[in-house]
Amino acid sequence: MSRRVRIATTSLAGCFGCHTSFLDMDERLLRLAGQVELDRSPLTDRKQIRHCDIGLIEGGLCNSENIELLRRFRACCTTLVALGACAVNGGIPALRNRYTLEECLREAYLEGAGIENPQIPDDPELPRLLENIHPIHELVTVDYSLPGCPPPADAIWALLQDLIAGREPVPPLELIRYD
Amino acid sequence: MNGPTFTIDGRSVPFTEGQSIIQAAREAGIYIPHLCYHPEFRPHGSCRLCVVEAGGRSVPACSTPAVAGQQVRNRTERLDRMRRTLVELLFVEGNHFCPACPKSGNCKLQAVGYWLRMLDTPFPYLFPRRELDASHHDVLLDRDRCIFCELCVRASREVDRKNLFAIGGKGTRCRLLVNSPDGRLGSSGLSLGDRALQVCPTGALLPRKGAFHVPVGRRLYDGRSIAESDE
Repeated sequence: MSRRVRIATTSLAGCFGCHTSFLDMDERLLRLAGQVELDRSPLTDRKQIRHCDIGLIEGGLCNSENIELLRRFRACCTTLVALGACAVNGGIPALRNRYTLEECLREAYLEGAGIENPQIPDDPELPRLLENIHPIHELVTVDYSLPGCPPPADAIWALLQDLIAGREPVPPLELIRYD
Repeated sequence: MNGPTFTIDGRSVPFTEGQSIIQAAREAGIYIPHLCYHPEFRPHGSCRLCVVEAGGRSVPACSTPAVAGQQVRNRTERLDRMRRTLVELLFVEGNHFCPACPKSGNCKLQAVGYWLRMLDTPFPYLFPRRELDASHHDVLLDRDRCIFCELCVRASREVDRKNLFAIGGKGTRCRLLVNSPDGRLGSSGLSLGDRALQVCPTGALLPRKGAFHVPVGRRLYDGRSIAESDE
């Protein structure tokens, strides 16, 4: 097999911290570049996804665009990975699940401190917000999960090396963390 | 050493008459996972993490006496899988936002999850709405993180002699209650030195000062598993 493993990544309701941790693989990225081909990803700015061997999903689901994109990734990726706390369990954005969406919008755009010209954004191009944040396994089948906020770069490296080699990923105990 | 013995995963473990399986295991340096058990208190038997196989049955090691010659199995794939499911259920039925929790790194729930290699769960998260009690000057009661182990209930009753806590409600409506005139922590008479506060395995009862003072990397379960630092 000469074709390099094709990987796509995206951030849904995340903060790009997991992508930053991906970049924290530092010089190992050079070795990775020889093993994989990056498809759709914020790192390539490619807008379309082709069929990929591995899809890394950062972030949970907070709006209609997240749902569409996650379904697209699931359809295109042989192996789908929930990368980081938000994809795995909703993470920090899910703190808003204790409030209604209306309460959140009122606080953020109408009644919060220091707001000028209060109005709730309603441009039709904006994706519709979901009432709650959802972890991605509630919408699609997830093959592997890597918790952490963010997962350590070493854990991402170990996971990718296992997947590239066709091994069942087993993260070392010391790299499992939820924070 | 001529006293009675039994075995855990094939290893001989001495015990004294009346000791539970988990007590004897601890003295022998064998870790059996647990959350509601604490050596200072009478067993509660509710978290079921310490369930082991003995005599052809699954029994909680905290409330089952050791028996001479008995063969106990602790680390089996089946038991660890069931334990992992139990911990997953604790995570989905509460609100455990580890990245934003001051107890992170020192939390037994989290550390047991690591030890059992819990990476995710197939269950949907319930995101229950539970009332936060910030009425106390020194202590925060964050019910989101409560796992109903009743260690605070037992410590407050048996050690602090204040009887400040109880569990009320059933099923998903279970809540930690505060025994005070207005049901809030601020008027309860809880003080920082109370054992009830110290034994909380999660961040449900937490001193308000000192959060995040210990840097990541130097916390209790950074770099060592709960099996190595079990109390």
